[in-house]
Amino acid sequence: MKAAVIVFPGSNCDRDVAVTLEAVTGQKPAMVWHGETAVPRVDLIVLPGGFSYGDYLRSGAMAAHSPIVRAVKDEAKRGVAVLGICNGFQILTEAGLLPGALMRNASLHYICRDVGLKVDRADTPFTNAYAPGEQVTMPIAHKDGAYFADDEALDRIEGEGQVVFRYAPRPDTGDSGNPNGSRRDIAGVVDGSHRIMGLMPHPERAADAALGGTDGRRLFESLTH
Amino acid sequence: MKARITVMLKNGVLDPQGRAIANALHSLGFDNVEDVRQGKLIEVQLKAADEASAKGELDAMCRQLLANPIIENYRVELL
Repeated sequence: MKAAVIVFPGSNCDRDVAVTLEAVTGQKPAMVWHGETAVPRVDLIVLPGGFSYGDYLRSGAMAAHSPIVRAVKDEAKRGVAVLGICNGFQILTEAGLLPGALMRNASLHYICRDVGLKVDRADTPFTNAYAPGEQVTMPIAHKDGAYFADDEALDRIEGEGQVVFRYAPRPDTGDSGNPNGSRRDIAGVVDGSHRIMGLMPHPERAADAALGGTDGRRLFESLTH
Repeated sequence: MKARITVMLKNGVLDPQGRAIANALHSLGFDNVEDVRQGKLIEVQLKAADEASAKGELDAMCRQLLANPIIENYRVELL
């Protein structure tokens, strides 16, 4: 599987994603700077976490209108898988490629810790290495991660089976679940084609047994199947 | 021409910053405060032949970038 990682000014998880992709696929991903107007032919494009354009205006808003994201939209139309992690998720919602919006955490705090997640859909290209309903652990690191859509949109997203990950309590650590006020505990969604996914947790930070677990690694492994 | 754009979270969308400000005002003794909503104010200087074309262009700017219609409303005033 060939992959590309888009690098914006302010991205800070691009190299973590690259290390994970190389470990899983055996190939170094192409690193594509935001000022480029084309993405090389690949099977997967990753929009990594960070603070693209300093989070000016709204998190992800400026990046969503950058030249490279226009190219990402074209690739997505051709069926290339697109994964947005954290800031990448914010960019995909701002670009209109995924439903909803990511708002300030209800607590107003920046939260950086492991959270429990439930795999709602194990039949997407991003999650086929998980079991349906499986409980996994990944870290979050964000201040603008509260998923919002109005009731009608939420019903539609759930009805279409587009919710992939939900925050879930972790009895082992006493974690009570939903860390940020996301509506209906939503942590990750796909678009209608199931080829575009965004999630706030960081699977690339849970992809090495020596560094906090491997529950996230299977997301990248899923894409190689 | 100069325009002032006010962007506010829609009613019904939780505004935790507004709530925190209300709490701070209460702790300062402003007990009459019932609710606080926080938004953004953006000023734009633009070339325009007339008010109608300016408003049309500003409206397009708001829809495409300055406001997120899923969570925010906006109001455009020409100054």
